[in-house]
Amino acid sequence: MEPLSNRKKVLEQKPMNFWERMYLPAVLKGMGVTIKHFFRKKATVSYPEVARPYSKNYRGLHSLKRDEEGRERCTACGLCALSCPAEAITMISAERKKGEEHLYREEKYAAVYEINMLRCIFCGLCEEACPKEAIYLDGPHVPADYLRKDFIYGKDKLVEERFDLHSLR
Amino acid sequence: MEAIFIIEKLVLIVVVFVLTLVIAMYSTLAERKVAGFMQDRKGPDRAGPFGILQPLADGGKFFFKEEIIPAGAHKGLFIAGPTIAIITACISSAVIPWGQSLQIGGRTVELQVADVNVGVLYIFGVIALGVYGIMLGGWASNNKFSLMGAIRAASQSISYEVAMGLSIIALLMVTQTLSLKEIVAQQEGFVNWNIWVQPLGFIIFMTCAFAECNRVPFDLPECETELVGGYHTEYSSMKLGLYMFSEYINMFVSSAVMSTLYFGGYNFPFMYDLGLSQNWITVIGVLVFFLKIFAFIFFFMWIRWTLPRFRYDQLMNLGWKILIPLAIANIVLTGVITLIKDTYW
Ligand code: SF4
Ligand code: SF4
Repeated sequence: MEPLSNRKKVLEQKPMNFWERMYLPAVLKGMGVTIKHFFRKKATVSYPEVARPYSKNYRGLHSLKRDEEGRERCTACGLCALSCPAEAITMISAERKKGEEHLYREEKYAAVYEINMLRCIFCGLCEEACPKEAIYLDGPHVPADYLRKDFIYGKDKLVEERFDLHSLR
Repeated sequence: MEAIFIIEKLVLIVVVFVLTLVIAMYSTLAERKVAGFMQDRKGPDRAGPFGILQPLADGGKFFFKEEIIPAGAHKGLFIAGPTIAIITACISSAVIPWGQSLQIGGRTVELQVADVNVGVLYIFGVIALGVYGIMLGGWASNNKFSLMGAIRAASQSISYEVAMGLSIIALLMVTQTLSLKEIVAQQEGFVNWNIWVQPLGFIIFMTCAFAECNRVPFDLPECETELVGGYHTEYSSMKLGLYMFSEYINMFVSSAVMSTLYFGGYNFPFMYDLGLSQNWITVIGVLVFFLKIFAFIFFFMWIRWTLPRFRYDQLMNLGWKILIPLAIANIVLTGVITLIKDTYW
């Protein structure tokens, strides 16, 4: 039959000669290899002390953003939940009362906003869907925990810290 | 027998015993460290600085694990297995001369627990007993994998003991004595080490020592890829720990035996030319001896992380078709050379 590629190689299997059957030369050669590795630079990253930097487009924990006046941007439109392929997002919306203008930017806001981190696949579709630029996956990775319920992150963990823009000036 | 003699020996026994256990303990850490370094990793370094508490943590873990004795197992022998393994491992260090003698307040203290005049035979006897622990454990488990492991251990140690004994005969033809103390005393300095007259014998002896200790590349009794865990498949908790531990003690003892028989034991180059007092020579000698032992232990580990395991037929071929003929040739060669030397020099 015509060979399909020119990569075919005929392997020769000779019986080992006496020197090879003594194993010693091969053993010494192997030991040379391992001792070279013994003194090599180690590939280990001692994690908690040394963290490897995330790549620039890493998608990690979600954070719900505030605007320049420190108000929550999310308007509880539900587009993120709709776009989520893993159905990880749930929310309950509420209407902004008088006197809460400094807390919420829009008239409607998310009273409860939960993401189940065990369901989330970190696809970033919620980020893309959001019309208010309210959610970004810019955090670190999700830390380990003991109970399933502790992986449902509410607003207490998701909403970013209040940040005073004026302090920069 | 004076009381002070007994006290002296007791102290020595306790010191040797504790040292053996501590070294075996830290060999487990060293093994993992060496493994890590040879695989470009760092090895365990979380328990204490550089992981020096790791052996304690491992030991503690072993103690708190559930103790399981399988329903079909022979209970008495199942418990006797690891017990025998660890006891034989521990007692074999009794005849090893750790150093010369110390002068303490006019008394001469020998740094050897028992100067048996057939020391070499004693070690052989005890090593041969060691396989009983493995065999009993494997057989009493009532598990096919364990039984396979035990059978392998038995046949392997029988085949390699022959070659080991033959390689030792050549050595004894040179040393003319069975007492380990005298064998070491003959190897004074550096040029008198037995390795220079018995290089082939040493290689054979070392290969057999690897096989006797069930170390890679001869660890077929506990071959994970074929036999789950080999003879200790059914063992858990500290009983498993004892098996592991006896392996490391065996490694330590056979390192000590190898450096005693072939590498001059406590002798070091220029030991009498430096103008040191007897006590200092002894102390340095003991340190040198341990240095040699550690070098051998490192060598054991180095080999382990270099070579893959032998196949069973290869193991038997190597033992019966290569090592034994070689060892016999070595005996003949040694005899001829000794004869020529005695006649013409
Ligand atoms: S990243 Fe993807 S899976 Fe996770 S919440 Fe957003 S849309 Fe859902
Ligand atoms: S995060 Fe964005 S998409 Fe999701 S509910 Fe809030 S505003 Fe709508």
